[in-house]
Amino acid sequence: MNIVNAVTNKIKLFDYKKFLKGEGALITFIVLFLFATFKYDQFFTLLNFKNVLRQVSMLGFVAIGMTFVILIGGIDLSVGSTLAVAGVVAAKVSPYGIGVSIIIPVLIGIAFGVTNGILVTKLKIVPFIATLATMLGIRGIAYIVTGELSVGASSASPGFIQLGRGYVAGIPIPSILFVLAIIAAVLVSKKTKFGRHVYAVGGNEEASKMMGLKVHNIKIVVYAISGALSAFAGVILTSRLGAGQPVAGEGWELTAIAATVIGGTLITGGVGKFTGTLYGVLITGIIQNMFNMQGNLNVWWQNILMGAILLGVVVAQSQTARVSKSGNS
Amino acid sequence: MKTITKKSSVNVNQDRDWKLLLNKYATPILLVLLIAVNAIFTPNFANVNTMWNILIQMTTILLTALGMTLVIASGGIDISVGSVMAISSIVTAKSLGFGVVPAVILGLLISAVCGVFIGFIIARFKIQPIIVTLPMMIGIRGIAQVINDSQLLNFNEPAFSFLGTYKFGGSVPIQVFIMIIVSASVYFIANKMSFGRYVQAMGDNYKASRLTGINTFMVTISIYMISATLAGFAGIIETARLSAADANAIGKLMELDAIAAVAVGGTPMNGGRPNVIGTIFGVLIIQIITVAVNMNNIPYTYSLVLKAIVIILALWARRDK
Repeated sequence: MNIVNAVTNKIKLFDYKKFLKGEGALITFIVLFLFATFKYDQFFTLLNFKNVLRQVSMLGFVAIGMTFVILIGGIDLSVGSTLAVAGVVAAKVSPYGIGVSIIIPVLIGIAFGVTNGILVTKLKIVPFIATLATMLGIRGIAYIVTGELSVGASSASPGFIQLGRGYVAGIPIPSILFVLAIIAAVLVSKKTKFGRHVYAVGGNEEASKMMGLKVHNIKIVVYAISGALSAFAGVILTSRLGAGQPVAGEGWELTAIAATVIGGTLITGGVGKFTGTLYGVLITGIIQNMFNMQGNLNVWWQNILMGAILLGVVVAQSQTARVSKSGNS
Repeated sequence: MKTITKKSSVNVNQDRDWKLLLNKYATPILLVLLIAVNAIFTPNFANVNTMWNILIQMTTILLTALGMTLVIASGGIDISVGSVMAISSIVTAKSLGFGVVPAVILGLLISAVCGVFIGFIIARFKIQPIIVTLPMMIGIRGIAQVINDSQLLNFNEPAFSFLGTYKFGGSVPIQVFIMIIVSASVYFIANKMSFGRYVQAMGDNYKASRLTGINTFMVTISIYMISATLAGFAGIIETARLSAADANAIGKLMELDAIAAVAVGGTPMNGGRPNVIGTIFGVLIIQIITVAVNMNNIPYTYSLVLKAIVIILALWARRDK
């Protein structure tokens, strides 16, 4: 009997449905990775990996914030605009050293995030509309601050420029920071009280309220995290480009949402994990990388393919999610 | 609210009445305020020509927002409408050679197909609408761009341009009649037909509406088909008015204006009763801000901040207590 039990347990260990459920994003990533390796000679090179990792890291920060927001059942459309304001502010204060040019933009990002949080909680405006309004308003601020021109960071301190362009042990600094941020997010979500509260609020807000959680405060903190991370992405972008642009980050909110959802986070909140978001970000990066290496693809063909791939992954993701639900019940 | 003491009940009730009133009529009040402020401070605002201009320019947002009202009332959202506008615009312009009527029908048809596809994916796979319409928004825009290699398409077809430029009696733009007919139709669908009740039921409680025997699959597809077709129609009218189709520009960010107008108009964002009249007010508010900003030579950038403030004000005034 013991042996039979052990065997059935073993079979259950290889339950492909369960595996699909948990790691749909990872599988998609591996498939795309293998495809790119065989299709493009330049893909499997250290230089290319470095480039892809550096390119995705900025979207990565935004996506981590977005995952937090989506986990509590919200959405944050203002991330791209926050990134732009933070980027131009970073460029403006860049002569004063690296510390100032990180801290001030991030503080501004937190202020925008808290504003979003207050609109959503205290003024009870639906997140989609509240952050749509702040997306417009903050983008307006980015234009007003700069007079619609890009702000050069030519006199920036060398440290600040290194932030976006430098390497440590051969690895681009933005990628290292992104990986650290993912690890931090995983730890916060799994090991801290705050992380558990985030899942609780997203899973069932009413129940969380009854259990005595300060739902409003948790939400405000989550939007602040999203604002801070978007702002940090803006700082790195400015450092990398050597200029802050008021049009930066347009459309990033959608890519970040896509990466989060591809990573298996449910848009309804309460379910999801940050490793999934990591894969989601890498998937968007690999797709973009393949487009670049293909070379002969117009932007509009890229759009069509991107749309088709996204739709395919989203549909597949929803199917595996449903498998898991019927499997558990 | 049952625990109000007798002593203060009168006061509290009055207070609540006042708040309820504000809650209910926030959008019209805001609209009247906007018009009043502009009539005083904006030169040439209180002028017949300005009025016609506002009406002509609001046509595209209004048609899109009317479809969006049904979508949002059903608990969904459709951010692909701007791209659908682009594809119907370029398809219609490209096929004008077959004659005006077939071209317009083709444009509407392709929009409807987009809507049916979106509705099918949402209903069949039970995916959140924002997640489905996001890739559709990217992909459909791409297809629209491919059709004419992303080039501006000019045409000289008076019979078609009629749809966007004709003025009855030399002054009343054709758009006014289009808006009245479409608004009345959507109002009728939303409030007088059982279809409207199905939409609301799905927005209020999706599971319950299914259990009561509503064919949520077909209703979902129909809702997105109506929304996409109206967006496509808006694209066609705009193309006719400009005598040119530009798949890169037309309808860009239209989804946001439309969604904002619906939200300002008072249709609950989580689904529920479609407020068609409110949407019309909402569109007027958004459009008057845009026009007033132009007329006062305020830079576009400030109009963004202004729009943000007005959207938040409108939603704050009518928030659930």
